[in-house]
Amino acid sequence: MRPMNGFRDKRVIAALLEKIAERRRGLTSPVRIMEVCGTHTMTIHRHGLKGLLEAAGVEMVSGPGCPVCITPNEIHEAALGLVTGRENTVLATFGDMTRVPTRRGSLQAAVPARGSEVKVVYSPEESIALARKSPGKDVVFFGVGFETTIPSIAFMAKSAAAERLANYSILSALWLIPPPLKAILESGEVRISGFLYPGHVSAIIGTAPYEFIARDHGFPGAVAGFEPGDILLGILSVLDQIREGKPRVANEYTRVVRQDGNPVARALMAEMLEPMDACWRGLGVIPASGLKLKPALAAFDAESKYGLRIEPRSADLPGCRCGDVLRGLIAPPECPLFSRTCKPDSPYGPCMVSFEGACLVYHKYGAPRP
Amino acid sequence: MCLGIPSKVIEVDPAFQTGRIDYLGTKIKTNFALLDDVKIGDWVIVHAGFAISRLDEADALETLDMLREMAEKS
Ligand code: SF4
Repeated sequence: MRPMNGFRDKRVIAALLEKIAERRRGLTSPVRIMEVCGTHTMTIHRHGLKGLLEAAGVEMVSGPGCPVCITPNEIHEAALGLVTGRENTVLATFGDMTRVPTRRGSLQAAVPARGSEVKVVYSPEESIALARKSPGKDVVFFGVGFETTIPSIAFMAKSAAAERLANYSILSALWLIPPPLKAILESGEVRISGFLYPGHVSAIIGTAPYEFIARDHGFPGAVAGFEPGDILLGILSVLDQIREGKPRVANEYTRVVRQDGNPVARALMAEMLEPMDACWRGLGVIPASGLKLKPALAAFDAESKYGLRIEPRSADLPGCRCGDVLRGLIAPPECPLFSRTCKPDSPYGPCMVSFEGACLVYHKYGAPRP
Repeated sequence: MCLGIPSKVIEVDPAFQTGRIDYLGTKIKTNFALLDDVKIGDWVIVHAGFAISRLDEADALETLDMLREMAEKS
């Protein structure tokens, strides 16, 4: 295959930015576009697009697209409780999750009970492999993610059930992207002109789940990929939609995102999981915004298996404003702790932990203080 | 968690829907259960050890050509 570096070619970027500035000049009201996905936030900052877009008259606002960040404290604390309170329990999770600070410390700093430990895994598959090879241990996979990751976690549930793997269960924190966008629009707190929809979530769900945003709320939006050129193409499309007064769901990542997403993955999700009203950090309880294992899989659901009582509250740790960052209400430098008490090597809140967290991204790529 | 860069499929074990991809020169074990009929030589997007989507090469080249044209004209 021909190399894909054309998507980050300097001349391509310059031409796209010029086009964006030109379209922007025809518009009178401010243009603020919410990039929903944390990986978009990272690309925008890493390639210096934030400042270049501002110069072109387009302000980018980060949204709730970091699964590690939006998982509320109580779920993180339940995971901590498992590994510190139960013997011979292996809590397997993604690296970022182990560094999230809670009122009871982080998983990384926790002192596990006898025979217990926290294991960092890259893929959910590694967690099930741990359970297969250590029958004397109870392996709990602390699985967090959006639609991009959820199918793989559903696959784990299916495999565990098929193998009757009695020492394996899942502590799930599974989040759906369209419902919080609805909540953000309905709250009316944030002034935005349109959305950049996440590329890889859309690879699973397709474009239809965003239609209501254009149809019922009148907001333009575009699905975009993760190269600088992809992001700028998405923004260009949003500007065109504003100019024409015809909001829709554009797909500017057609090489990866099909209109109907990934039907195999969605069928697997529907087979193993069911919707639930979920509580998001900063956003509170949003109807049908999360998924959980179906009741038939209770034996593999850590919450039922271990009788955990998780009553998530959306509140931050005192002083942390992650919740406001996730709602697009403030930019990270507006938090008094940003880059002072709260830094990547001593994070005070989850938005400074995850590589998709807006605070970490702003800190790392040195956005100017307001 | 997300390898946004397309990776080439270099090994497939259809019985277990698994195999390996080449990600920037590194061979990585990958689960193909979320895609129908993955073949050696396919380009896929991999997330947390699972191939979640196929890359449509013709489509990618079309977008690249469009971008290049835009850059040349400006
Ligand atoms: S800078 Fe730290 S304390 Fe402030 S909102 Fe971000 S994560 Fe929370």
